[in-house]
Amino acid sequence: MTHTQKRVLLNNIIMTLSTISAIIGIGFLFWILGILVINGVDALSWNIFTQEGAPPGYEDGGLKHALIGQLMIVGVATFFGVPFGILAGTYLSEYGQKSKLAETIRDVSDIMMSAPSIVIGAFVYAIVVVPMGHFSGWAGSIALTIIMLPIILRTTDDMLQLVPSTLREAAFALGAPKYKVITQVVYRGAKAGIFTGILLGIARVAGETAPLLFTSFNDNFLNTDMMEPMASLTVTMYNYATSPYEDWQRLGWAAAFILSMFILTLNILGRIFIMKKREK
Amino acid sequence: MNAILDKLFLNTTKFIAIAVLLIVAWIFSTLIEHSMVSLEAFGFSFVTESKWAPNLEKFGALPAIYGSVVSTFLAMLLAIPIAIGIAIFLSELAPPKLKSLVGVSIELLAAIPSVIYGMWGLFYFVPIIRDIFGGIGISMLTAGIVLSIMILPFMAAVTRDAMNTTPDILKESAYALGGTRWDIIKDIVIPYAKAGIIGSFILALGRAIGETMAVTFVMGNVHKISLDLTAPATSIPVTLANEFTEADTDLYYSSLFELSLILLIISFTIISVAKFYFLRRKRSF
Repeated sequence: MTHTQKRVLLNNIIMTLSTISAIIGIGFLFWILGILVINGVDALSWNIFTQEGAPPGYEDGGLKHALIGQLMIVGVATFFGVPFGILAGTYLSEYGQKSKLAETIRDVSDIMMSAPSIVIGAFVYAIVVVPMGHFSGWAGSIALTIIMLPIILRTTDDMLQLVPSTLREAAFALGAPKYKVITQVVYRGAKAGIFTGILLGIARVAGETAPLLFTSFNDNFLNTDMMEPMASLTVTMYNYATSPYEDWQRLGWAAAFILSMFILTLNILGRIFIMKKREK
Repeated sequence: MNAILDKLFLNTTKFIAIAVLLIVAWIFSTLIEHSMVSLEAFGFSFVTESKWAPNLEKFGALPAIYGSVVSTFLAMLLAIPIAIGIAIFLSELAPPKLKSLVGVSIELLAAIPSVIYGMWGLFYFVPIIRDIFGGIGISMLTAGIVLSIMILPFMAAVTRDAMNTTPDILKESAYALGGTRWDIIKDIVIPYAKAGIIGSFILALGRAIGETMAVTFVMGNVHKISLDLTAPATSIPVTLANEFTEADTDLYYSSLFELSLILLIISFTIISVAKFYFLRRKRSF
């Protein structure tokens, strides 16, 4: 066999192997997705949206408590996480720029984005749950806000930096003060990017389970008082899936399906916004 | 008026930005403070002692640390070759249409919450492991495999991104010299994107070691070091998820906080190495 033939053979072997590994990897992922859709759609019914949790054995249990709890916990986290994240990101891009302080904040938030979320749960347990004496919806929201903050901060920072400096200069030349330049010119230029960042940030915290386990805890019935323990889709999913009761496990799959669809929709919407922006 | 508003805006944004640093410092100091009881009671032996017996007030973190290390190692061992395979397929082999279709679905799969991977693992993968290897199916091995599948989309996507940074002109020149695809990958793409690829792997490692929900379902939370991979085990996040709400004594509670602290320090270190040593170049904007 000539040298060339050997190289071609080796090439073919490796390309086949990498195609096979791609098929294996993608196959596994679609297997999971398939199971999620089959079990989820199978378990869906109107009861899920209209009924609260029921003891095992009762047919008509639903997820209303978890859906509302999830919306409240994530909603409150978004309410605080988004404005704080945007303002902090604004400082980095518009004022701090390449200063040591700004660079340090960027580095620390980059690390925080990948830090274990269960540790955030432990932290919030120590600073909120212990002083209060019990689990609460607030504690869950605070944990999610801490997780969301660096994500919004970094996307805002990146997106504002993409706004051409000529736009800022033009506004300055008209005599506008800096805060007006930022709020009326720079924010407008980066609108789509920031919005995508917000969607992805919400999608990211909506799927968090670990930091809620010992902050918002769980409740099998509807509770809208943020001072009390609160159900979330993720923790409910965990509790139901690990229970030995088949009807609870079914509800677990329904919760998994609803949550995944919500998160995928946010991700896809985010992509569409960014793509639209690029086309312009 | 404008000058006042200007100052106000600057100071508000600056204050919130600095608050991010303060929160991180607060997290560390809180974890240290709440670990004090355990730190004083056990000292360094906390990480070398393998007995974890809440009823006897004995807490040794070695089984959890061992479990974290082994399950993450298994996950990386399985995920790295497949992630490289997918990345090569996506950056060099697939026709453009397939490239964007598969590429986007992998990125979307990376967004699926890890609790769903754990649930799938419990209901569909545990029985398979049980049938093949015997035992109860809930084991270190199962955790490693489920973890590898969970980090796969993230790893494949970032490896592909790193490979895609290779300038086309370099690849084209090598093709013009008669190189095969593999020659180009091995001699052009990988050397060019090495730092990015390794950095992405380490970043994935940092995420995997702190991952809770994908493994909690399938690991068993058994504090016993066993060389048998098909035996149930535990890891730091699994212990935290299972026992945090059960801690009934100060020492138990404090030991769990020390575990959190250890986990935070480990992942902070790993992620910093990835970010600052390997991925620095990317941040040149």
